[in-house]
Parts: sequence; C-alpha cells; structure tokens
Amino acid sequence: MVLWEVDIYPATGQVDRRSAEIVNDIVDLGLDAQVRVAAAHGYLLEGDLSKAEVQLLAAKLLSDHIVEKTVVAQVGDAVLNESPIGESSLVHVLPKPGVMDPVAMTALKGIQDSGVQATQVRTFSKYWLADVDPETVRVISEKILANDSIEQVIYGNLGLDRLEHGAAYEFELKIVAIRELTNDELENLSATGQLYLTLVEMQTIQQHFKDLDRDPTDIELESVAQTWSEHCSHKTLAGRIAYRDEHGERQFDNMLKETIFGATVQIREELGDDDWCVSVFKDNAGIVTFNDEFNVVFKVETHNHPSALEPYGGANTGIGGVIRDPMGTGLGAKPICNTNVFCFANPDTLLEDLPAGVLHPRRVMKGVVSGVRDYGNRMGIPTVNGALYFDDRYLGNPLVYAGNVGIIPCEMSFKEAHAGEWVVAIGGHTGRDGIHGATFSSAELTSDSESLSGGAVQIGNAITEKMVLDVLMEARDRGLYTCVTDCGAGGFASAVGEMGEELGVEVYLDKCPLKYDGLNYTEIWISEAQERMVFSVPDENWQEFHDLCASEGVSANIIGKFQDTGRLVLKYEDHVVGDLTMDFLHNGRPPVVRDAFYQPPVVTDIDFEGTSASASDDLLSILGSLNVASKEWVIRQYDHEVQAGSVIKPLVGISNDGPGDAAVIRPVLDSWRALTISCGMNPRYGDFDTYHMAASGIDEAIRNSVAVGANPDRIAILDNFCWGYTDRPETLGSLVRAALACYDMAVDLQTPFISGKDSLNNEFSSFNEAGEKQTISIPSTLLISAMGQVDDARTCVTMDFKESGNTIYLVGKTACELGGSHWTLVRNMTGGQVPQVDTSLSRPIFRAVHQAISTGLVRACHDLSEGGLAVGLAEMAFAGGLGANVDLANVETDGDFDGETELVTKLFSESNTRFVCEVEPGNQDAFEATMSGVVCKLLGTVGETEQLSVSRGDVVVVDLPIAELKEAWQSPLRW
Amino acid sequence: MATPRVLVLRAPGTNCDFETAHAFERAGAETQRIHINRILENPDLTKDFQILCIPGGFSYGDDVAAGRILANQMRNHLAEVMREFKASDKLLLGICNGFQVLIKSGILLDDNENGDPPATLCWNDHGRYEDRWVHLKTTSDKCVFLRGIDQIYLPIAHAEGRFVMAGEHVAASLQSCDQLALAYTTPAGDDATGFPDNPNGAELNVAGVCDTSGRVFGLMPHPERFIDGTQHPRWTREGLQAEGAGMAIFRNAVEYFA
Repeated sequence: MVLWEVDIYPATGQVDRRSAEIVNDIVDLGLDAQVRVAAAHGYLLEGDLSKAEVQLLAAKLLSDHIVEKTVVAQVGDAVLNESPIGESSLVHVLPKPGVMDPVAMTALKGIQDSGVQATQVRTFSKYWLADVDPETVRVISEKILANDSIEQVIYGNLGLDRLEHGAAYEFELKIVAIRELTNDELENLSATGQLYLTLVEMQTIQQHFKDLDRDPTDIELESVAQTWSEHCSHKTLAGRIAYRDEHGERQFDNMLKETIFGATVQIREELGDDDWCVSVFKDNAGIVTFNDEFNVVFKVETHNHPSALEPYGGANTGIGGVIRDPMGTGLGAKPICNTNVFCFANPDTLLEDLPAGVLHPRRVMKGVVSGVRDYGNRMGIPTVNGALYFDDRYLGNPLVYAGNVGIIPCEMSFKEAHAGEWVVAIGGHTGRDGIHGATFSSAELTSDSESLSGGAVQIGNAITEKMVLDVLMEARDRGLYTCVTDCGAGGFASAVGEMGEELGVEVYLDKCPLKYDGLNYTEIWISEAQERMVFSVPDENWQEFHDLCASEGVSANIIGKFQDTGRLVLKYEDHVVGDLTMDFLHNGRPPVVRDAFYQPPVVTDIDFEGTSASASDDLLSILGSLNVASKEWVIRQYDHEVQAGSVIKPLVGISNDGPGDAAVIRPVLDSWRALTISCGMNPRYGDFDTYHMAASGIDEAIRNSVAVGANPDRIAILDNFCWGYTDRPETLGSLVRAALACYDMAVDLQTPFISGKDSLNNEFSSFNEAGEKQTISIPSTLLISAMGQVDDARTCVTMDFKESGNTIYLVGKTACELGGSHWTLVRNMTGGQVPQVDTSLSRPIFRAVHQAISTGLVRACHDLSEGGLAVGLAEMAFAGGLGANVDLANVETDGDFDGETELVTKLFSESNTRFVCEVEPGNQDAFEATMSGVVCKLLGTVGETEQLSVSRGDVVVVDLPIAELKEAWQSPLRW
Repeated sequence: MATPRVLVLRAPGTNCDFETAHAFERAGAETQRIHINRILENPDLTKDFQILCIPGGFSYGDDVAAGRILANQMRNHLAEVMREFKASDKLLLGICNGFQVLIKSGILLDDNENGDPPATLCWNDHGRYEDRWVHLKTTSDKCVFLRGIDQIYLPIAHAEGRFVMAGEHVAASLQSCDQLALAYTTPAGDDATGFPDNPNGAELNVAGVCDTSGRVFGLMPHPERFIDGTQHPRWTREGLQAEGAGMAIFRNAVEYFA
C-alpha cells in the first residue's frame, strides 16, 4: 500500500485567491502584514496505484489543466517540499481522523468511476509562509489556517505513510455501578461522563435501578441523559417555576404550557371553525394551513455552542439540522426557504482583547456565513431572510439561529408508527462525530470546551442530505412509510426513543451502518452524525423502500422494530445491552423546580439638552452602526432565488441593494398565493425590560411582514430564547417575564406561536492572568420569526421610494421611547424609556395598513425600527434613488414635551407599530379614508432632487445627499 | 406543433430540476426528471427525448470542482450516446451547473489534442458565491436558444462561473465559429468592463457558449428563474410584466421542433 500526494496550485498567471484571502485575514487580525503566502490544496490517495494512474487522476479528475498545476509524488518525496516562494515554513492542515471529509468521499467516488482502485482518500491544505518568524507561523496556523477542534496541523513534512483506519471493535458490556455511589460520586459521574444531569436526576436514576435490583449499563445511563437533557426535554422552561416580580407572585406547573403554548390554545379556541393552525408544539415543526392542497411548516433552531468552537461546521450542521425538522414533520415536508439570524461581537475586536479559548469574532462571522452558505445553497433551498446583530457580550458565545420553512400536502401532516413495523435509518453513516452534542449544548462554555467537547463539533455533507430529501419525497408520495423523524441532537437515542415512545422498540445496534470500524454500541446509539433520518416502514413496503433508496445511492438499513411492549430494548448482536421502560425514560425525570425573580431597572431620564444639533451626524452614525448597516456582503453569498418562487428579495430598490422588510416567496409555482418571512429581535431592549423587549420583537416581526403585504390575521410566529445561566433566579425571571409578554401579545393580536426552542446557559467563562474566573453572559436574546401569508403576490410592495411627487405618510404614534435605541447607542448614552407596545393601537394599524396595501393604495411601505423615522426615511430614499422633503411638525407624538426632546423623539425614537407609506397623489383620499381609524399623518413628498431634507416648520434639521447616506450605510460591512 | 419531450437530468445535488421542468412545460414541452443512474443503467432512455437539459445545482456537491464528477461520469460512460444525441438534430441545454458539466465533459466544445476541454468555468474573481441579476446580450447568430433575443436580464447564482479559455487560439476559434453566444454587459448594453456587470471575471465577458451547430448551449445565468413578472427584482417599481424574459429561451427550444 502506497500513499500518494497530489498538490494543486494555481497555474502560472492565475491569481492565488486562497493566499490573498489569508493575507487579508492576517492583516485583519493585526498580525505580521509582511508575510508572503502560497497555498495549495490536495489529496492523499491510498491504494495500489501506479504513478501513471495517479498522474492521470491528477490531470483529468482532481485538477483543471487550464487554471491549475499539480505536483504528484509519494508522500515524503523531496519534490513535495519544494517551496514555490523561496525559503519558507511549510504547514499542512488535515481534517482530524473521523471528521467528515465530503470532498474526499466524492473524489473517491470519481476515482472509482474512472476505473482506478484507490481505497481511501483524504483532502488537505498546504501553506508556505515566507518572511515570518516561527512563532507567528504558529499563531497564523492556529488563528487562521486551522481549527483545532476538527483539524490537525502538521508543521514541515507530512510524515504519514498511511491513512487512519478504524480499529476492529471487540464487544464488551459495560456496567456502571451506580447503586453504591455517594452524592459526591454521583455528581462526579455526571460531570466526567458528560451527562450534565443534576444531583436530583442522578439520584432518581440511582433509585430506579435500586428498585430494579441491578446496575445500569453505560448505554442505559446515556439514554436517560440524552432524553432528560435540556436540549431534548426543555426541562427548565417546561418545569415548575415560582416567579415573582413587581406585580406579585405566580406559580407555574409548566411555564411554557401556561404562557406561549397557552396563548395558542386560547387563540385556536377563539377562532373556532376558522382555526388555521394544524399541528403546533408537537411535531418537529409547527404546521398551519396554506391553501386547499398544502399546509406550511416552520421551525427555527439554534446551534450556538458548536458554532462557538467551529463556526463553519457549527453553522453548517445547524442549518443542515433545521432543514431536517420540516423533512421530519408529518410524513415529510419539502423545504422551501431558509432564514438565518446571527449574533456576534464586534468584528473589529482587537486580538489582544480575546479571552483564551475564544475565536476572533471576524473569523466566527466569516465561518458561520460560509457554513450556512455552503449547506443552504447545496440543498437548493433559498435563504431569503435573516439578520445580524452585534454586541460584545456575544464574544465567547455567538448565537446562530437557523430556520426552515417547508410545504406539505394537507393529508400528510400527521404520522404514526405501528407495532411490527421496521425501524429504518437512511442517509449518512454513523461515526464518532457529534457524541454528546445534546448534553453539551446544555453546558456552559469555558476556555476548555474546545478540548473537552471536540466530538460535539461536526462538518456536514449537504449532498447526502439532498439525496435523502430526494428519496424521502418519492417514498412519501408512494406511501411507503407511516412515520418519519430526523436524527438531531441525541442521535438514534432521541429519534428512535421518541418514535417508539407510545409503543416500544427493539434496536439492533450492530446493524447500523458505520463510517469506520471501532465504534462501541453506546457510541452508535448516541452519535449525532449528520444527515440521518429514521422511518417506520411496514414489512410489505420494505423492499420497495430499500430499492428506491438504492436506486439513488442512498444507504437504507433496518436497525430495529417497533413493538407493543412499552420498552426500549437495545441489542448488539445477541446481547441485550439496554432495557428500559419508555415510561421511566420519558416520564421518570423529576420535575425541575426553580425560583425566578424579576425587578425591572429604574427608568432614568435622558438629558436631551444640546443633543439635537448633531441630528445629521447621528443619522449617519446610526446608518453606519453594525446592526443597521447593509448586510449585502452576506446576502449575496446565499442563493435566495433557487426554486424560482422569489417575489420580494432580501435586497430591493432601484439598484437592488436596499434593505427589504421581509422576503416573499411563492411556494407553488402556478399559484399567486405567497408566504412572507420576517423576524424581530432587539436584545438591547432586554437590558431595560425583557417584557417590552419581547413585545417589541413580536411587533417588529409582524410589522415587517405586514409592510410587504402579509395579512395580519394569518401570521404565525416562533419563539427562540437564548439566555444566560437560568439557575440564577434573576436570569430565569427575565425569561419568564419575556414569556409573559409573548402570551399577552399573541392573545391580543391573535397571532399564534406555532413552534419554539430555547437555548439556555449561554455564558462563557475563562480565567484572567490573575487566575480569577471571568464570565460573560449574553444579553437576553429572543428571536421572533414570523411567517405571513398573502392572497395574491402581485399586491406586495417594497420599501424603496418609487416616484417623485408622491406623498409620504407616517402611520402610528410616536412616543419618547429612546431607551435602548440606536440613537443612544451611537451617542454612548444610557437611560430612557424602552419602547412599549399598545396592542389596542397596533392591531387596527396592522389591519389598516394591510387593507391599504392589498387594495393597491401604497407604492412603498417601510417599518420603523432601529434609528426610528430618520433611518426609515433615509433607507427608503437611497433604496429608491430619490430624495424626500419631510416636515416633522405633523408627526403625532404621545406626550407633553417640546424643544430638543421633541425633535430627537420625532427623528430617532423607536416606538413600535409605525410605518412610512408612499402614496400617489391620486390615491390620497382613498388612503386617508382607509387609515381613518388610526393615527396617520402626511409628512411630505418624495423629492425632485437626490437630497433627504427634513425640517421642523421653517428649520431644516437634516439635509443630506442620499449618496452620502447610502455610503454611510454600505461601507461598514462591505468586505 | 409537435410537443417535444424534455429529459431534465438530475444527479445527487441537482436542485433546479423542478423549476426548469416547469419552465419547459409552460413553453409547451413534456418533461421528465430522470436520475443519472437510470441513464447509466440504460443509455437508450435518452432516445425518447428531443431535448436534454442539465439544470442547475451542485452535482455531487461540486466537490473537487463544479460539475466535474458528473462531467467525468458522462465522459466515461455516455460519450457515445451524447454524440448520437447531438448528431440527431436534437437540443442540449446546460444551465449553470449544467453548463459546467457540458463544458467539462467535452459535450459542448471538442477536446484538444490531449483530450482536455479547451475552456473551463472556474472560481469567480472575487472568490465568493454570488447571487445577483446581470445584463446580457446575444453575441451569436447561431444559437437556437437565443433566437430573437437581443438583450436579456437574468439572475446568476454561482461560485465557479468564470469562463477561461486555454489560450488565444481557443478564443479566436470560438469567435470565428460564432460560438461565444451570450455576454455580460452594462445596463445600457455596452461591453462589461468588470465587476459587478461582469460578475465573475469571465474572459471576453462570456456568459454562455454554444457548439458549432448552435443546438448545444450552456449558460451561467438562470432563465428558469425569470418566467414570471414577480421574479424580476424591481417589478414593484417598474411594473409587472406579463411574463419573464427567460421564457423566450425555453420557447425557442420548443419551437425548434414546430
């Protein structure tokens, strides 16, 4: 067996893009900018291959003769050590053994298709660094070239003579003697075994096995830990909570059920026959009706901890995982669009300010965007909506929210496995990747997380999932199975355990196909290897199901059988390695009981004196602040038009680059019925009051959808809570308070929550030089995602001003609500009243705006959020390439104030439920009549010149060319 | 009019097959989406069709290089069938990933003396995947799919779309044979002079190429993504067109068999 190496360099005259990118990253991190870099990528080929064969593969398959050149030799050959840039240090980066290497898998297929018998392939990257000291080479390697959680760095010669193969596994049953352990020992077992269970939970397990008069096996303990994990059971929020705030005390038996789910139950009851929810908080995604033929489903997940350690892989598998949720909803929905929201620290953070174990936020952001891009684009699912939010408290714990919408035939919205049917796994094979992901996601991140939980980090393979999707749709339409779910956190343990919850199931762990030898039965059971789905297939359909999968190259295997026993029986060959009752697994967990407490901070006044003179500068600063600034660099890397349903794209306006409020897609190509996708989030408000933060987020998500044309009576929303350490009563209290707002808003607006997810304990701890523990907790972050519906896509509108001479109206009431605003952010001020929502005003406004849009009275509509009216007008102006002349005198304010307070409030207050509408002069009467029941004021006209001119009476307060406004908005993230 | 039958070829990772079939159907064709494995098992399946379309996507993940694995599969196993298909007055269309496959498989342009394609599609100049709308003009009288189209506005969405030829002799040959069929332009219709009008750095602003007969055509832009007025990025300001400009390309293909 010989190991061959193929190095691929850019051909002479071709730009070395990879090297240029690395040099950019080196400069961005403030490292030695003088360094010269040459980069190659390559393949290691193992097998009985002649040099001529490898050379032919290199030329015809692995490289492109027009733009690339190759070096081919056996590993160790001196020719491979010849630097293309003179004296330099050589660095190789390889995926660690067991880490998914999709390109190598495909290359092997291509090689075998050419009739050459290679046995194994591995990819690598190779870098030559010149004019740089060894220490800097090490820093560059660690910070830019490689990520230790998934890759290994080899300095100098590769020094391999073969690729790793798994070692054969010899069965050995492991018993964990839990019955005799003391409390300290139980806690120790929970920690060292990465079970992340509390003492009470460990004691419950101990008692259970004492009652059974035996000790558990390792796999039984792991099964319980997976099922009881925060990630899988949401035990904190669905637990008992004693909550206290300024209004008094409240006891919850199941907090989520009594707030967020409760609101939906109440709305459905009130709607009666008009109920348009189909399946909520039950399946892998929420389902609502769409038209006579189809329902639509929506799910948003987080993948925070993996993304902190390995941004590309974490985000990649995050989107891959959430796509499997609609695929595993009902009998399988077809994914039709993605949405992504990320929270990062400032990408310009100085390298020396990074705590140990933290990746630089710029690298995190680039990695996350690339990870989402590569998975979403390959799946052929348009990424149509998203947001980026920056706050330095996300430094050690970035947030990655990924969502997916699917469409499913109405009659396929429910599923049920039956006793006697086969448990069938299809898709990716099982490896050691992702072990302990479910339990790890419930743990606090520390500077050691990287070494401790390397296995929890993975790379996805989108094409495997696409192949699974292709056969899933066909098998569904042929009616070959009765139930399906995805393998996500907890792997088979979770998926099979859930599917068999009401029945009982026997699993044959030795029948699960493996990526490589050497996995023990427990690893097979809890591995979170990606791209796997589990089905319940009646015996009479198994052959057809199998053949369908085989015909498209998808692996499908029987791994168990559903049985009417109420037990989970795990077998490896002839050995029973686990035997638990479903009842203990799913109902045995002791309830989590928590105290929660909330005390809203005292509202302090803002001193407005002397603040109004700089209105123009403040406007430019807000436009250039990272949360508001253009995200075009990100958006264009996502395919937002595949599937051809695009109606309103994320970028709109005369130059296709303005900030759209919501995306609109038509999921059925021969129908005009459309969906809107939007979101709302404002973590800064949470520093003031999480109730108003949640209410504002809901209002924002809804008004974004309404602004493009969604019917406010057909908007479904999702909640995703990302919070700090909820064992602290005040942290949990801030979450309960947000959930109370969710209940109030949903019921008042008749907007049901249909699905949700929480991610708790988002904190990062490290030790400073003095050895003191330092903890950064993320700001309380609630993402609200909205999915609206439009009867006829042709009535939709965009936010860009359309024509000079048209009139400009402000809908909604403006209060002095600058607490947490971007005006205070850019001025580095504190205090103020955080924006609140008055649902008695907002519901009529949403309905009136919708009525005006759907009857064609509105040429442009934009919601007002960060930066208030000033930013909204500026965005509408530069997106439309048209100026505007606006008088603030008409802005209706809520409150008794004047002078500078009034001016700043009118320009920059972030009061909720406000829209700016552009109306043709001929439609003014009809528009005003439609808006007669709500606050709606004429502010001015779209301009003849390309100048945004805002005055108050005779005094001009802002007068700026739209080009300057646009540049301020576009330049910060124009990477 | 005879109704032509279109084979929309799919492979692992193909993802524009539904909307491409939909566009052909709206133009009046009958379509069938067929997996490459079925063609490899039974190459004669292709004989039932008048048009073969390789749609966009990421065949085999675009691992190794965009379209390379599918291209090599077709080169290794289907070269003869494809030669016959081309010789029988039928049409072949490759969109985006399909263009990458057509060019790398040797189906679109004849191989050079070493058995390698004379041109390629490689990484965009700026090194990123890019989704954006581009202005294009027809630069060949030969291409069946572009008949009657002078200028057209379509979206691109790719990472590896930079058209590069193996030397000036290739450019001269393709130009003299009128094969450089579609070019990126400025909004006014003049030659693009760089990003973003030429979104990937393609040599000679080439966005699409046809074979010497004009019946085999590959292009980077996605005509199937502009068959309805609502797909235009500015329909809310410029007015809703009765149909998207991309329909003309599919209609030309269908009308060839009229």
